Amino acid sequence: MTVPARRPPPLRRRRGPDRDRRLTGLPGFYLTVMRTAVAVQFQYRTANYAYMIGMVVEPVIYLVVWARVAGAQGGAVDGITAGKFAAYYIVWTLVRNMNIVFTPFGWEERIRQGRLSAMLVRPVHPIHYDLAYFAGWKVVVVLLWLPIAAVLTLIFRPTFDVSALEVLVFLVAIWGAYLIRSMLLWVLGMVTFWTTRVSALYDIYFTAELLLSGRLVPLALLPAWAVTVADVLPFKYSFGYPIEVLAGDLSTRELLTGLAAQAGWIAAGALLVAAVWRVGVRRYSAVGG
Amino acid sequence: MNPAPGRARGLALALTFFRVAASTELQYRVNFLLSLVQSVLAVGTSLAVLGLVFAKTDSLGGWSAGQLLVVMGVYVLVGGVIRSLIQPNMQQLMSDVQEGTLDFVLTKPADGQLLVSVRRIEIWQAVDVFVGGGLIAVAAVRLPGSVGVLPVLAFAATLLLGVVAIYCFWLLLTILAFWVVRVDFLVELFDGMYQAGRWPVTIYPGWLRIGLTFLVPLAFAVTVPASALTGRLSGWLLAGTAGFTAALFTFTRWAWRIGLRHYTGASA
Repeated sequence: MTVPARRPPPLRRRRGPDRDRRLTGLPGFYLTVMRTAVAVQFQYRTANYAYMIGMVVEPVIYLVVWARVAGAQGGAVDGITAGKFAAYYIVWTLVRNMNIVFTPFGWEERIRQGRLSAMLVRPVHPIHYDLAYFAGWKVVVVLLWLPIAAVLTLIFRPTFDVSALEVLVFLVAIWGAYLIRSMLLWVLGMVTFWTTRVSALYDIYFTAELLLSGRLVPLALLPAWAVTVADVLPFKYSFGYPIEVLAGDLSTRELLTGLAAQAGWIAAGALLVAAVWRVGVRRYSAVGG
Repeated sequence: MNPAPGRARGLALALTFFRVAASTELQYRVNFLLSLVQSVLAVGTSLAVLGLVFAKTDSLGGWSAGQLLVVMGVYVLVGGVIRSLIQPNMQQLMSDVQEGTLDFVLTKPADGQLLVSVRRIEIWQAVDVFVGGGLIAVAAVRLPGSVGVLPVLAFAATLLLGVVAIYCFWLLLTILAFWVVRVDFLVELFDGMYQAGRWPVTIYPGWLRIGLTFLVPLAFAVTVPASALTGRLSGWLLAGTAGFTAALFTFTRWAWRIGLRHYTGASA
């Protein structure tokens, strides 16, 4: 048996020389890396599935608890019925999968073992590789997710009330969520350029994210001060907001301002990545090579 | 098969192994701080969720906030036992079966199952045992009415039985490695499932409750001891827990022997 690859394999195929010009360069790069990711990850579909099933336990627990509370309170908690909770946590499973990006814990290996060297000699910024690879992986993940969503829907009977605009905004928002989380975790991972004692920092970050993103509970159930804090942080735009687009009742205005906020965080993330990378990479010296 | 060694000798052997493993771990003291940070964050998150739930309701499936705090304490404590004692040994066993290095264990003149179960201890993960114990103590003191001697004894007994049941479950999973070789993904699957123990299994829908009771013996490891301390354990349930654990242990012992026959060793 082979080991499931968590690490992307090297690129083999290159486009012909005429396709390598500036304009077509980056899209071509993305397409190739994405295609590679699909091929690789589809081979590991069993491992991918086991991982996804383990992941489903988390929202099912939250869902059962809140459905119980709703039941005890005469059908709804703060206006959220058991069916709405079911809708929230089922969409949760897709958004959670969209949130899987290159882990900041992976940076230690990248730096210590000199893997970054190979990325540095390529004529594109290394973040493009991660963005493209994990985006390609999502194609496999979404395919594998469909049966899981069907089973959860049959068991928990969610109530959906979805308009065409909401579906459209959702399709954009899950990719916005993906970009925001990719870039923020990239910045966090780059802390490894300065110190390798990062796990306590990461634990604190992930706990804050868990509480204030809408992953643990819908943000509406948090106390007012926590909602205010969550509003000014990026976490909810990569988790709670896309879920509520589909499972909640946002007004058209809220739908669009959410997208605008996502765009703002994407821009901020890109600037941060560029700035931290510039300073951080100077501290990088490959070991061995 | 090895002749069964005397009980006292087995215990002395286990203690020696623990001492060696612990002194190895004690070299890495920063890990203590990291475990502490992790533990505090995890407990803080769980407390926040309890707070949110009980801001909206007075009882969850017949459990009060104080009683659920006991459940949470047991969950943290048993999680600490799993991560410090059970999981490290089982992961070592998985890799030994894959690589054939189990030979070194099997050629020793002692019981094989005992040896593979006591070789490693991740002592810093045991922080959770103390954090969980503290939570249980705080919760028990705050329960209305004082907790009697009998519930405490029943709690200690069921906690021990629960840990044995979880150990058996882990060993059974690991024994699968004798046939299918790669079982690492089961570790991730179990970690996911274990989270369900945070809440009493009685709140889950029927099919899930049965699974969490008999397939993954979470009910016996977490819910039953917590029930004992909060005075909701009947004599029947106590006897059932003892019976189930004894049966599971016997079955595991048998499965271990069958599994060993399928072990092909390093030269295969």
